Amino acid sequence: MSYDGLTAETIAFRGHNGDQGEAYHARPVRAGKFPGMVVIHHLPGWDEWITEVVRKFAHHGFVAISPHLYFREGPGSPDDVGARVRAAGGVADEQVVGDVKAAIAYLRAQPNSNGKVGVIGFCSGGRHAYLCACRLPEIDAVVDCWGGNVIVDDKSQLNAKRPVAPIDLSEQLRAPLLGLFGNDDENPNADQVNRTEAVLKRLGKTYEFHRYDKAGHAFFNTARVAYRPEQAADGWTKTFAFLRKHLAA
Amino acid sequence: MCSYIVEKAAVSGSAKGANGWMRIDTANVYFDHPYHAPLDHALAIDFVCEADGARERVAVELSAASARELVTKIMVALAIGEQAHAKPAA
Repeated sequence: MSYDGLTAETIAFRGHNGDQGEAYHARPVRAGKFPGMVVIHHLPGWDEWITEVVRKFAHHGFVAISPHLYFREGPGSPDDVGARVRAAGGVADEQVVGDVKAAIAYLRAQPNSNGKVGVIGFCSGGRHAYLCACRLPEIDAVVDCWGGNVIVDDKSQLNAKRPVAPIDLSEQLRAPLLGLFGNDDENPNADQVNRTEAVLKRLGKTYEFHRYDKAGHAFFNTARVAYRPEQAADGWTKTFAFLRKHLAA
Repeated sequence: MCSYIVEKAAVSGSAKGANGWMRIDTANVYFDHPYHAPLDHALAIDFVCEADGARERVAVELSAASARELVTKIMVALAIGEQAHAKPAA
């Protein structure tokens, strides 16, 4: 066999409210129709690793896009922009949902789209993925990778930017959900993962949860000491199997 | 975990960044995923000037142990320095 080529580039992108920003985009170069994936970055920002994830999806036959969720705080390098966003208390959920909605529309508008679009997010992006799947019925499949604060036990943590705990929107979840978690993670911890699963089960949602021993937070991330190659390899296999099942045309 | 916790310290002084020296009035301190350091979590400090819009920063990402070592050495340096400078000139 030979590997398919891919094209990757940073593109102009219109997000929430039509705001002009940028996104990282990768697609297979061969002709055909492909499912789309929106890749949501973690709280520190739009980093090199997330661009690797976007290219990985293209390598596996998806058209993928990662919107820079912090572009409104630019210009500047993604790390400096991320620091500004952190100092300002993060980005508003409403804005993220709008940016993801726009990214989904962008993918569906491409001539190589098969019409199906999924969303994956990591860390705070995992929470965003869960939130978006509850808010946006146009999502066909969602992957939550160790999203923290899906459950908010301390309601004082809710604020104008994050007014609702995503778990409280679960009834609106339409897309099948894949959840990947490390058993040594502190946020979400094992109890929170169990409680999230109990809610999905009670509501009759379509979901798969996979829990990994000897793994904590961010165990896919090859740029960190948290990386766990064996668990990550299995997690990626399960991710692609889940997405091929639910995003087939 | 990704947290939104940021401790803000009012500081007074200068820092040298990509565009040279700048005055600073705030240190944003947090313990979370770093952007660059190959650590699960890092004690990060962003020195900024909020009065000037905080568009530039001087940043560090430190391991927890080295951050504590830094705190200790800052206190030691201050104690020794203030004592030395308090001595009357010979």
